[in-house]
Amino acid sequence: MEWSPLWLSLATSITATALTLVAGVAAAAWRERRSGPLLALVDAIFLLPLVLPPTVVGFLLLLLFGRNGPMGKLLLLFGATIVFSWPATVIAAAVVSFPLMYVTARAALEQVNPHFTQAARTLGASEWRVFREVTLPLAWPGVLAGTILSFTRALGEFGATLMLAGNIPGKTATIPIAIYFAVEANDVNHAVLWCLTDLILSMTLLAGLYIWSHSNGFARTRDGRR
Amino acid sequence: MQRIFRTAGTILSLVAVVCAPAHTQPSLKQHVSITVSAAISLKDALDEMGRAYEKAHPEAKVTFNYGSSGTLQHQIEQGAPIDVFVSASERQMDALSEEGMIITSTRHDLIRNVLVLIVSADSQIVNDLGDLLRPDVKTIALGEPTTVPAGMYAQQTLRHLGLLAAVEKKAVYAKDVREVLTYVETGNVDAGFVYRTDAMSSSKVRVVTAAPEDSHAPIVYPVAVVSSSKSAAPACAFLDFLDSSLARDIFTKFGFAPAEKQALRN
Repeated sequence: MEWSPLWLSLATSITATALTLVAGVAAAAWRERRSGPLLALVDAIFLLPLVLPPTVVGFLLLLLFGRNGPMGKLLLLFGATIVFSWPATVIAAAVVSFPLMYVTARAALEQVNPHFTQAARTLGASEWRVFREVTLPLAWPGVLAGTILSFTRALGEFGATLMLAGNIPGKTATIPIAIYFAVEANDVNHAVLWCLTDLILSMTLLAGLYIWSHSNGFARTRDGRR
Repeated sequence: MQRIFRTAGTILSLVAVVCAPAHTQPSLKQHVSITVSAAISLKDALDEMGRAYEKAHPEAKVTFNYGSSGTLQHQIEQGAPIDVFVSASERQMDALSEEGMIITSTRHDLIRNVLVLIVSADSQIVNDLGDLLRPDVKTIALGEPTTVPAGMYAQQTLRHLGLLAAVEKKAVYAKDVREVLTYVETGNVDAGFVYRTDAMSSSKVRVVTAAPEDSHAPIVYPVAVVSSSKSAAPACAFLDFLDSSLARDIFTKFGFAPAEKQALRN
């Protein structure tokens, strides 16, 4: 039994979720501070990967990162190709899970009581310190929810990954791709095995995250107490 | 009491409405419709074939379902309502024959094809099969060998030439042969294995060489009527059309060679 899809899926999902966490929270924080009609367009672009079918997202990424695409040509200057490589699985997974992180992070940041941030500012904290030590810890439950959503989305990503990263066993064939091709080849045993593996993996990780987030070291109530 | 009668009346009317259409005889001439599952390498030729057939038989409607032969075989096994199956290799047809899913008396070889190695039109580095081992050839696309005949033939050729192990390290597996063509056209892989007919359909690829004939199983496309077909007679009529001289001309136009023997396989 070839176990590479499991390691690939784990590595891809974890890396993609880490990227999405940073990018999603940063984008949400940036968006929080601004207002204006043009920002509706920005929101629409950020949410696009959620609305478009994954295959379309994959195709657009392929146009962008392919040998004839703008990003692809830029990367070629450094001797790097993204298409049909492991980083492509990370990019595909990160792009499709970004909207989930962004939306949840925005909701989480919006519900932070501004009295606390204002108080921190009057006590002389810099904006970055306010964000790091006041806003983010208060928004954490929502951000964690976004992380969980992004991770599960990244784990289950198929269409965009297949388009951008292709089916290369041992390099880009994640669990969903392995299942798809196993079914295609009428290899029902492997298909079922991978489905079960995916199920166990997802449930273990989600349960673990849930327990950890509710442990005493983590949760804060709305008024800031532990 | 009244309520019971009313409920019974409603139920009986519903039953009548549902069953009635089954008994009506339509007075208009029905369109005869058949569905053909065909290997995707036949797409351009069969699309034209379908138009020609519908022109010659105005009451007929032919719908084509394209994909890799393996996928199509599994669809038929799972009960897809298909009337005719054209495969790109004997393997899928043999499998269906063993399962009794085709009318074996209708099975025969239709056409032949040639496997070629292609590269992007502007690529200079690959000039024969041995060049696939070069370190600057980083990715090679072929069909997934278990479901895509073109991938199976490519694998056989590479194994025959002792190149399989090395190429497998750089292989990207596609779900059908047209996907391989797209990968090479867009320059996202360095080389790929497709049929000569696929290469001919694109101006963005260059044929490097054909796979030696003795390095793989004969590339023949068998055709047969599916056992579960509800339109067996129109399906057989379409099969006859595929053997006609008009059909031969269309196949030749797209680069297919006629099968040498029109042998009936039992």
